[in-house]
Amino acid sequence: MTEKTLHLAVALDGLGWHPAAWRRSRAGASAPLTARYWAALAGEAEKATLDLLTIEDSLDLQSSRPDGPDGRADELRGRLDAVQIAAGVAPLTRHIGLVPTTSTTHTEPFHVSTAVATLDHISGGRAGWRPRVSARRAEAGHFGRREIPVLDPTRLDEPETVRLVGDLFAEAGDAVDVVRRLWDSWQDDAEIRDVATGRFVDRDRLHYVDFTGRWFSVKGPSIVPRSPQGQPVVAVLAHSSVPYAFAARHADVVFVTPTDPGHAAAVVAEVRAVEETVGRGGPPLRVLADLVVLLDETPTLARKRRNRLDDLHGAPFTSDAALFSGTPGQLVDLLVEWHRAGVDGFRLRPAVLPDDLTAITRALVPALRARGLFRAGYPGGTLRGLLGLTRPASRYAVAATA
Amino acid sequence: MPKQIILAAHFPGVNNTTVWSDPDSGSQIDFSSFVHLARTAERGTFDFIFLAEGLRLREQRGRIHDLDVVGRPDTLTLLAALAAVTTHLGLAGTLNTTFREPYELARQLASLDHLSGGRAAWNVVTTSDAFTGENFRRGGYLDRSLRYERAAEFVRTARTLWESWPAGAIVGDQDGGRYVADADPGAFAHHGDQFDIAGHFTVPRSPQVHPVILQAGDSPDGREFAVSSADAIFSRHGTLEAGQEFYRDVKSRLARFGRHPDELKIIPGVTVVLGDTDAEAQERAHHIRRQQVSPQTAILLVEQLWNRDLSGYDPDGPLPAEDPDVTADTISRGRAGMYPDPVATARQWRTLAEEKGLGMRDLVIEVTGRQSFVGTARQVAERMDHFVQSDAADGFILVPHLTPGGLDEFVDQVVPLLQERGVFRAEYTGTTLRDHLGLGPARPVTPVGAA
Repeated sequence: MTEKTLHLAVALDGLGWHPAAWRRSRAGASAPLTARYWAALAGEAEKATLDLLTIEDSLDLQSSRPDGPDGRADELRGRLDAVQIAAGVAPLTRHIGLVPTTSTTHTEPFHVSTAVATLDHISGGRAGWRPRVSARRAEAGHFGRREIPVLDPTRLDEPETVRLVGDLFAEAGDAVDVVRRLWDSWQDDAEIRDVATGRFVDRDRLHYVDFTGRWFSVKGPSIVPRSPQGQPVVAVLAHSSVPYAFAARHADVVFVTPTDPGHAAAVVAEVRAVEETVGRGGPPLRVLADLVVLLDETPTLARKRRNRLDDLHGAPFTSDAALFSGTPGQLVDLLVEWHRAGVDGFRLRPAVLPDDLTAITRALVPALRARGLFRAGYPGGTLRGLLGLTRPASRYAVAATA
Repeated sequence: MPKQIILAAHFPGVNNTTVWSDPDSGSQIDFSSFVHLARTAERGTFDFIFLAEGLRLREQRGRIHDLDVVGRPDTLTLLAALAAVTTHLGLAGTLNTTFREPYELARQLASLDHLSGGRAAWNVVTTSDAFTGENFRRGGYLDRSLRYERAAEFVRTARTLWESWPAGAIVGDQDGGRYVADADPGAFAHHGDQFDIAGHFTVPRSPQVHPVILQAGDSPDGREFAVSSADAIFSRHGTLEAGQEFYRDVKSRLARFGRHPDELKIIPGVTVVLGDTDAEAQERAHHIRRQQVSPQTAILLVEQLWNRDLSGYDPDGPLPAEDPDVTADTISRGRAGMYPDPVATARQWRTLAEEKGLGMRDLVIEVTGRQSFVGTARQVAERMDHFVQSDAADGFILVPHLTPGGLDEFVDQVVPLLQERGVFRAEYTGTTLRDHLGLGPARPVTPVGAA
């Protein structure tokens, strides 16, 4: 049983992933602006011993359009910085992994590196990071440093679009690379406090990263001592071959969006093939399938809830990830089937918060445990440990002693 | 009613103030150290805790400086975590305007203000050189005048963003289906020389609307920036008279900006050493100073002024005979130049050393002394009160020499005496940092081009 338990993550965003979620949420409309709300969600997820939670973020206002606000007054708008939310949750939790999202297109790699390393220190080794590229024109307009053209989702295979997307992911690759170098730039034993010589650190155990790339250069070293995990966990959401390659080169975990078990098997095969192509070293990617979930006690109640939300929204809800609606027991059956198709686990996106999170933690998780598919507690240790990933040695320490 | 004293606690950063060799010295990076200091400050009903920022490790003679505490957390991330373990304490962080963008920083500060229920503060600083820029995409060097121009425009842009969501923008009418009152919330545009940006801010109006703005720096440019844009200013003036002069100068400049003298608080950074008797306190202070200025540190501090390699010099011997090198690149990188006229300062140091017969180390101890208040708890409470009542300051930022327990004695022994004198609160009466500091609601930003 032990070798094939699955990893379980939950994706938190606003008052839930359904656009009409806020209409039915028991939390107040402004709850996502309060620390109490996030602490309660994290506490609920941790009680069910989930591996990690992710926090969505974007540097523009939520919108149904790719190039700017959509002028809708009937959907949730406004959000807080995800790293700040994760940091606020960290002292109030003990075991669950905390994975905020940041932009690789607009945020300085040095700032990201120190922020996530700090989150790792604060949480005692539970930090992760989800880098995402910002291809939205509105985000670029908030920085005024570069132009990004409007992307037409129906014409993504035009050469200019292909080049733009390729560049954004290449830049993101540089960003992750330099962030990881900065995490390595302090050896674990750099702080010596040697009273005899008056030295607080051994400067030979601090390293310049000297990164020079097409988009930026970073000298280093970091200002933050090496964190408990050495390198916090990097998780990437990927839908197609370019981001699969980005994940295979730079991430520890990949969130994928198959539509059914057959597709899941195909996606896993593609991810494994890309790992070969890019010559990935170290452990294989942990592949977690994303699912939007809407749960209720009976199939009829679940269907009614879904219809009600779609009515309020004015259209059937569609998403990049598949939507499951039904009972927790039915979801267990589905997860088992997808798990057999080769995914290591799931990142569930609750349709309505906190309702669907509570259904996951109080009904789905016990059912998974009853089938021997999920841990009964936390083994103790870091997020890396929880995901079966080892703690990497600093590349510079290895070079220095070699 | 006597003037009420403002008190803040600084978590010591990377300089020789922190005595790491003391057996009571703890971690400078473990979160528990920050929790200890923050909770001690909150137990003492302090106004705020204050973190410095580092963006590049300091170097001297081309090598990483290794004598002082080095390695610290990211300011914003740490403050967000402290918000979760405190309830009233203000949370202030130094955040550089040179290597950040207003949209992102305004967003982070507004987020912190939400998550803390209105306790966020920003110490606005600029960076001097391309050395720090080597860690950033933006990189490069900004001319000194341009640095303040960018800082002022940066703050103005941030204020524009903080105001972009009107009060009551979120209706949240679940039955009627209206989430926001205005279908276009957070719309903004700022077109200036430093920033040309437009769009929509993601963070709805935060509890303080404008997080408290702090400014450190004593230059004429810095003072002018503070009186135009800040809620509080840090200073460092050792004597009562110097403090009063600074206080008068800064407060008198406010009227030109249509501001009341109470709208800008003056809070010098100070150190405190206590003893059961005055003599014991003086002896402790002397001992601390010798720990802060080790022989190696003394050489490095003299090198910073002389701008010459003095590694072969005897720390107990005389100061170098030749004048400081003012032509070459600076020997010390990663900290602001502290001596506007090195040659004149060096002559002062030589004269003082000759008069008192001091070697380099003792001279450094003498001229870089920072212990503003040394004595019994009662003496310290009286002197602090006197400083504030005589308009040499509105309060103090305490800089402990020990991490993380360096504030314990002050809170246990001096705070009750200040409360007894009726010059410091016994409990929090407000919830936001603006409340604690006695600042009114944030003034709306002056529209760009209207000033």
